[in-house]
Amino acid sequence: MPAITYIEFDGTEYHVDVAVGNSVMDGALNNMIDGIVAECGGCCVCSTCHCMIDPEWAEIAGEPNQEENELLEMVDVREQTSRLSCQVQVTAAMEGMVVRLPESQY
Amino acid sequence: MDLSEHAVIVGASHAAVQLMISLRQQGWIGHITVISEESHMPYQRPPLSKAYLSGDLAEERLLLRASETYEKLNVDFKFGCKVTSIDAKNQQLNLETGEKIGFTKLALCTGARVRELDLPGTELGGVHYLRTMDDVKAIRQSAKKASRAVIIGGGYIGLETAASLTKLGIKVTVLETETRLLKRVASEQVSEFYKRLHEEEGVEIRLGSKVVALQGNSQVKSVVCDDDSHSGADMVIIGVGVIPNTELASEAGLVVENGIVVDQFAQTSHPDIVAAGDCTFHPNSLLKKSLRLESVPNASEQAKAAAASLCGIKKAYSELPWFWSDQFDVKLQIAGISQGYTEAVVRGDASLGRSFAVFYIKNQQIIAADCINRPKDFMVAKKLILQQSTIDVAALVDEGIEIKTLIN
Ligand SMILES: Cc1cc2nc3c(=O)[nH]c(=O)nc-3n(C[C@H](O)[C@H](O)[C@H](O)COP(=O)(O)OP(=O)(O)OC[C@H]3O[C@@H](n4cnc5c(N)ncnc54)[C@H](O)[C@@H]3O)c2cc1C
Ligand code: FES
Repeated sequence: MPAITYIEFDGTEYHVDVAVGNSVMDGALNNMIDGIVAECGGCCVCSTCHCMIDPEWAEIAGEPNQEENELLEMVDVREQTSRLSCQVQVTAAMEGMVVRLPESQY
Repeated sequence: MDLSEHAVIVGASHAAVQLMISLRQQGWIGHITVISEESHMPYQRPPLSKAYLSGDLAEERLLLRASETYEKLNVDFKFGCKVTSIDAKNQQLNLETGEKIGFTKLALCTGARVRELDLPGTELGGVHYLRTMDDVKAIRQSAKKASRAVIIGGGYIGLETAASLTKLGIKVTVLETETRLLKRVASEQVSEFYKRLHEEEGVEIRLGSKVVALQGNSQVKSVVCDDDSHSGADMVIIGVGVIPNTELASEAGLVVENGIVVDQFAQTSHPDIVAAGDCTFHPNSLLKKSLRLESVPNASEQAKAAAASLCGIKKAYSELPWFWSDQFDVKLQIAGISQGYTEAVVRGDASLGRSFAVFYIKNQQIIAADCINRPKDFMVAKKLILQQSTIDVAALVDEGIEIKTLIN
């Protein structure tokens, strides 16, 4: 299982193993990482699972589709590598990936 | 907080899962027991009528959390076990098995069950309700052999089911008593749109159709309406709403209205009992009224307040209600509650294509919005509703104006 590092806004780091095929959101929820709220549980309708992919990993994580992009347009602080974590499917290539979480999901 | 404390949660669905997580996060070190009538690990309900029914989502993806998460949380589950009554005085639960379980704190996350139709023929094979994973497993089984399905009820669940069954290649007819679909929850524009959408996708929609009986030998064959019309069916799904599971609470002497009455901290009328989710009747300070909601965001957010209360922390729950629905390639996102609006205005074209938003206005303010394939409009609508300022309707419906600029 690829190990992914989640860094909360306050700097707290979590290193967790996330199964291939799960989403980056699943990894956070299964490990009770508070910075991901995920009100809709991964249906791409709420935008409360926002994360910033470490730029080094942005290409591997890929680009948001149009729907995700529209939601991202309205998140509190969008960065170049912002993604909705429920839409990032974990692959073996993500071993060691780092994602940062925003101060607030609202 | 005390190791000898014992929190018991009744129900193991959306509200319960968030509640147990929040309990641990807020420092609950005592024992936690979760009792569920169902026999599955906690799973998500929304996909049941959507991607899970259409076969696009595997069963293991339905789970709310991985099973290791519950080990980390150190909670004990009792599955397939119904709580029959609460002995509030002795802080004890009676289970169907005859067993008794003591608690120091109790959380009722009992949700809702389907409203059943009292009609001849509902006991026939191929007739289903849709609330649980087991219901959907049975529906999928019937669907394998079916070429025609009738859905009774044109609400969100009925329509989502119609879309999913159509995707499986089944010819679907939706029977709705009212004169339009979604009458209870949506404006005429939205009702009209969903009728068009389903018809474009090959679903037959019959409005003003009151079902009087289901017919067949052992297996359902047709559905009879009060105009004596017969709709042929190999399977029938009934989706006519839900009833909150409040009996445990009312029999224990808790205050119950259209749901278990709780305050903004999810506290019931008993000091050691909280409740969260579909089963509660709760105040909402934004809407300035009490109401019962059936939505995942409501269940999880209210559960956070309930867990805090059990830990002696006051965390008020008052969120803007919101919902969503997926049918065919259309994603609907609803912000707020449109009830009581005086004007409904449309951004985009409701009569053509599959993308527009309806904003509901009252006293020159937006109180709700239905956004069809318009995620951005939905996000903006939420902000505009919370902002509670006078809205420039002409600008709102002008697609030449970037909607974001309307936020103060
Ligand atoms: C098909 C379908 C589609 C949906 N789609 C959406 C959607 O798109 N978006 C959205 O926001 N919401 C949707 N909902 C609504 C959402 O699923 C509910 O709001 C949510 O499940 C409420 O969670 P809950 O924990 O309050 O209760 P429930 O999910 O109802 O769970 C309550 C649990 O408690 C158990 N229980 C009750 N009484 C007892 C007892 N005495 N002893 C033991 N166990 C007991 C029940 O068996 C049940 O498992 C949908 C619901 C359905 C059925
Ligand atoms: S969890 Fe809702 S959009 Fe990702």
